[in-house]
Amino acid sequence: MLTVHAARERLRRREVSAVELTRAFLERIHALNPCLNAYLTVADEAALAMARDADARMARGEDTPLLGVPIAIKDVLSTRDMRTTAGSKILADYTPSWDATAVARLRALGAVFLGKLNCDEFAMGSSTENSAFGPTRNPWDETRVPGGSSGGSAAAVAADLCCAALGTDTGGSIRQPASLCGVTGLKNSYGRVSRYGLIAFASSLDTVGALTKDARDAAIMLRAMEGRDPLDSTSVEVVPIDVAALDESRDSLRGLRVGVPVEYFGSGMQPDVAQRVREAIDHLQSLGAAVREVSLPRTHLGLPVYYIIAPAEASANLARFDGVKYGLRVQGRDLIATYMETRGAGFGAEVKRRIMLGTYALSAGYYDAYYIRAQKVRTLIKRDFEQAFNQVDIIAAPVSPTTAFPLGSKTEDPIQMYLADVFTLPVSLAGICGISIPCGFDRDGLPVGLQLIGPAFGEQRVLEVAHIFQQTTDFHLQKPRLKGEP
Amino acid sequence: MEYEVVIGMETHVELDTHSKMFCACSARFFGAEPNVNVCPVCLGMPGALPVINRRAVEFAMMVGLALNCQIARHTFWERKSYWYPDLPKGYQISQYQRPLAYDGWLDVDVRDLSTGNWSEESVRRRIRIRRAHLEEDTGKLTHVGDKSYVDYNRSGVPLLEIVTEPDIRSADEAYAYLSALQQLVRYLGVSTGDMEKGAMRCEPNMSLRPKGSAGFGVKVEIKNLNSLRAVRDAIAYEIRRQTALLERGEAVQQVTMGWDESRGVTVVQREKESAHDYRYFPEPDLPPLEIDDAWLEDVRRRVPELALARQDRYRRDFGLSAYDAVQLTSDRAIADWFEQVIAAAPAGDLRARAKAAANWIQTEVFRLMKANAIPNAEIASIKPQPQQLAELIGLVEQQVINLNTARQVFEEMFATGAAPRAIVEAKGLAQVSDVDALRQVVAEVIAAHPSQVQQYRSGQEKVFGFLVGQVMKATKGKGNAQVINRLLREALKP
Amino acid sequence: MLTVAEVERIAWLARLALSESEKARYASQLSAILDYAAQLAELDVEDIPPTASVLAVHSVMREGDEIVAGLPRADALRNAPDTDGVSFVVQATFDDE
Repeated sequence: MLTVHAARERLRRREVSAVELTRAFLERIHALNPCLNAYLTVADEAALAMARDADARMARGEDTPLLGVPIAIKDVLSTRDMRTTAGSKILADYTPSWDATAVARLRALGAVFLGKLNCDEFAMGSSTENSAFGPTRNPWDETRVPGGSSGGSAAAVAADLCCAALGTDTGGSIRQPASLCGVTGLKNSYGRVSRYGLIAFASSLDTVGALTKDARDAAIMLRAMEGRDPLDSTSVEVVPIDVAALDESRDSLRGLRVGVPVEYFGSGMQPDVAQRVREAIDHLQSLGAAVREVSLPRTHLGLPVYYIIAPAEASANLARFDGVKYGLRVQGRDLIATYMETRGAGFGAEVKRRIMLGTYALSAGYYDAYYIRAQKVRTLIKRDFEQAFNQVDIIAAPVSPTTAFPLGSKTEDPIQMYLADVFTLPVSLAGICGISIPCGFDRDGLPVGLQLIGPAFGEQRVLEVAHIFQQTTDFHLQKPRLKGEP
Repeated sequence: MEYEVVIGMETHVELDTHSKMFCACSARFFGAEPNVNVCPVCLGMPGALPVINRRAVEFAMMVGLALNCQIARHTFWERKSYWYPDLPKGYQISQYQRPLAYDGWLDVDVRDLSTGNWSEESVRRRIRIRRAHLEEDTGKLTHVGDKSYVDYNRSGVPLLEIVTEPDIRSADEAYAYLSALQQLVRYLGVSTGDMEKGAMRCEPNMSLRPKGSAGFGVKVEIKNLNSLRAVRDAIAYEIRRQTALLERGEAVQQVTMGWDESRGVTVVQREKESAHDYRYFPEPDLPPLEIDDAWLEDVRRRVPELALARQDRYRRDFGLSAYDAVQLTSDRAIADWFEQVIAAAPAGDLRARAKAAANWIQTEVFRLMKANAIPNAEIASIKPQPQQLAELIGLVEQQVINLNTARQVFEEMFATGAAPRAIVEAKGLAQVSDVDALRQVVAEVIAAHPSQVQQYRSGQEKVFGFLVGQVMKATKGKGNAQVINRLLREALKP
Repeated sequence: MLTVAEVERIAWLARLALSESEKARYASQLSAILDYAAQLAELDVEDIPPTASVLAVHSVMREGDEIVAGLPRADALRNAPDTDGVSFVVQATFDDE
């Protein structure tokens, strides 16, 4: 199991070259991806070229945290000269000529891009079953989903098909798949990492982040990508993450105030999941944290608020897919028919559902009742967290009500699928940060995630707490047994 | 039944920034090859995000201030959704609820244009401005056969949309308003205002109602107007068309009309379907704008005195005619130059000084600029400086040279940039004002032309000019005309 | 409960061609989601400001009005479904917005 920091260690010591490391990953990908379907595009040639460049830079004495490290990128992020599909038929053959800012920063640091990862179409979903290119399978049990929408990213990290993977989190799309695949996934505060080049789903909620094997890697990846981008008006200056501070942190949590939201342990939770999360919270307490209950009274409103605001923004964001400038075009008898048939054929069912929901919520006569009202309740949800953080430093909670569910088990009823995100949505609506870290397994050996939530731009502390948890447990070191493992 | 027309004007002004409204592509699209000033943002590519161009906001603030508007201190952007190939994102970033500027007005002098002649008389009308807001322009579609070709060079260029209250009451008024608005944006240097190049696009909304009544009739929108003249002609045509309909007892249909310039008629473009559902909502990719006192004052300082205010001032303080005032304020550069001439002139009668400057600019300066293909707006680039024209005017006033000579001197100034006094001295052009010397010449001319003298003394005034000419000739054109006149009249007394 | 006619209206606004069975299916699915969202109608949010942004920033602008080279035309047209190498080509449209 190769973390980013371990890979750098081996590269620095010349135990392996970037080219060798990349080749090893590519071989593993070609062996295991046909079953897992984590990768949509494997960029052998480009990756090896990047690896050769990285080796050359190392030969010149450069030693930076991502140089020569093989990573992969969720297919909603634009990558120069590499196909970028957003998991959609409407972009099946789309190749941008430019990088998303987060991608560009990693490229400049000498990371190696192995390829593009599967996801729910336009990041809309919680299981990666909405991908137009088939679902990704959970490495822990390939009859089950990896979660979504960054399912390909979580599965690739869990199956060692890359050292780390970029993902995006709009309502839980990094945290939930991380939880279902037994890896670490940090959702940054909104505005911390540039969204330029991220194919937009919900503009006021989308965040770019990474799925990694541990908190230390999460810190390294965040440090590499974060910070104000003049091309994104919603990105802000930040105090950079101090990765070294993680190593220097004590293994005690004395002085830390941890809040447990009473509303997050309701019925509908799989009993094993509730149990593992409570045990994890007990562990925090045993490390010296002061644990107490907090209340986030509007938690149950997160779902309806999210499913008005996100689709509304998405309905406008996806209007650019009209077959005129790029992507699929299905020619109709006239231009209007072409628009309708292109979009009818190019978008999957969930995407169409959300576009229509959003269009409805914004349409004349409904705007105040739905969109404005949802934004007002969003303010209340945000205030809930602000009030809680007046009393505690970190909130500990479950990530998902269940472990990985079987493929096809929730696809009939959209609302059933939406409920998968009930614990992650409020964090997104408030724009604050939250990490999912492995905290145990259910009776079937499926991973359970613990969510550590921090206030806006409070990633440093969240990462430190996660790191300490991982220094004192070994859940994150467990690996799935994979079929066809070479 | 007499009808009156009620017109509201919607104008889109393209702002003359270097770069576009939400990205750093060049905003200079006119004449460029298609799709060469484009980037992911103005192409609406997946993942692209807008960033506000500060200068576009400031240009818009300047127009708002010049239009006496309130400037919004807290404003934000909205997405306006509709479907068209020239709109790459499928929505336009615009402003709906909180326009940058609102509740202003523009005073205009309305002249009767029907005779085709200039009218000194005018009526001053105040046209209220409901709002002015910023948005981005769309790309351009060219139709050839059964295909359309899309060019996104223009996509994202900053646009200021200015909407009036329905205060306009005639085609002439519409013309005056648009003319003044065009002049205003040029004075501010924020737009070329060039309708032929699409930098200013006008859509009148008009209806007829029984004269003196309060309500509004059925509204018709007119598009495809490519000049101020077309606006006036199209409105006049529509008034006639609608009046004829109403007089026959028929109803006016609520439609959009396009102006057909070649045939001089309006043509139905589109039945006005039910109002578009633009589904406006706040643009989540752009934080709101806050305009504080410091910024507002900084921009306010950049708004110069505008044309109408200067015209009023010239007429009041300098006694200029309406015609002269309008001519001299036609371009801000001209007006500024004119005022510099006055400021530099030697002390004396302000009105006389101004009148002289006005004459010189409208005759010799304009003539030479035109002959050298220098546009009015570039008057500051001519070789003579305003102070130098003032100096020249002074020389004529002091009778050092006469007007004819002065014209020659000015031609030399225009060509070489040399100072007037230097030219006069170098060429020995100082006029002969010496009374004794001139009396001598007068006597010689009288002696040499006895029959003309006889004719004059018997009452033929016309001959006087001939005799003056002869004296002038004898002095090689340098004679002081006033002195010659006086001496000749004296000498011719029987 | 959303009618098929309403679904058609929304699908038209969103330019989505739907089959008859899709229309029926979406009508019931969208109704279920909207019913769920109706919970929000019960709250008193009269004095609560809508969240304009979770960030506290304002007036973010590009200061200098400088021109930066964008995409070369070939890149701009690279993914175009139909192009003559200079423009994006679509079927002619008669309706001017």
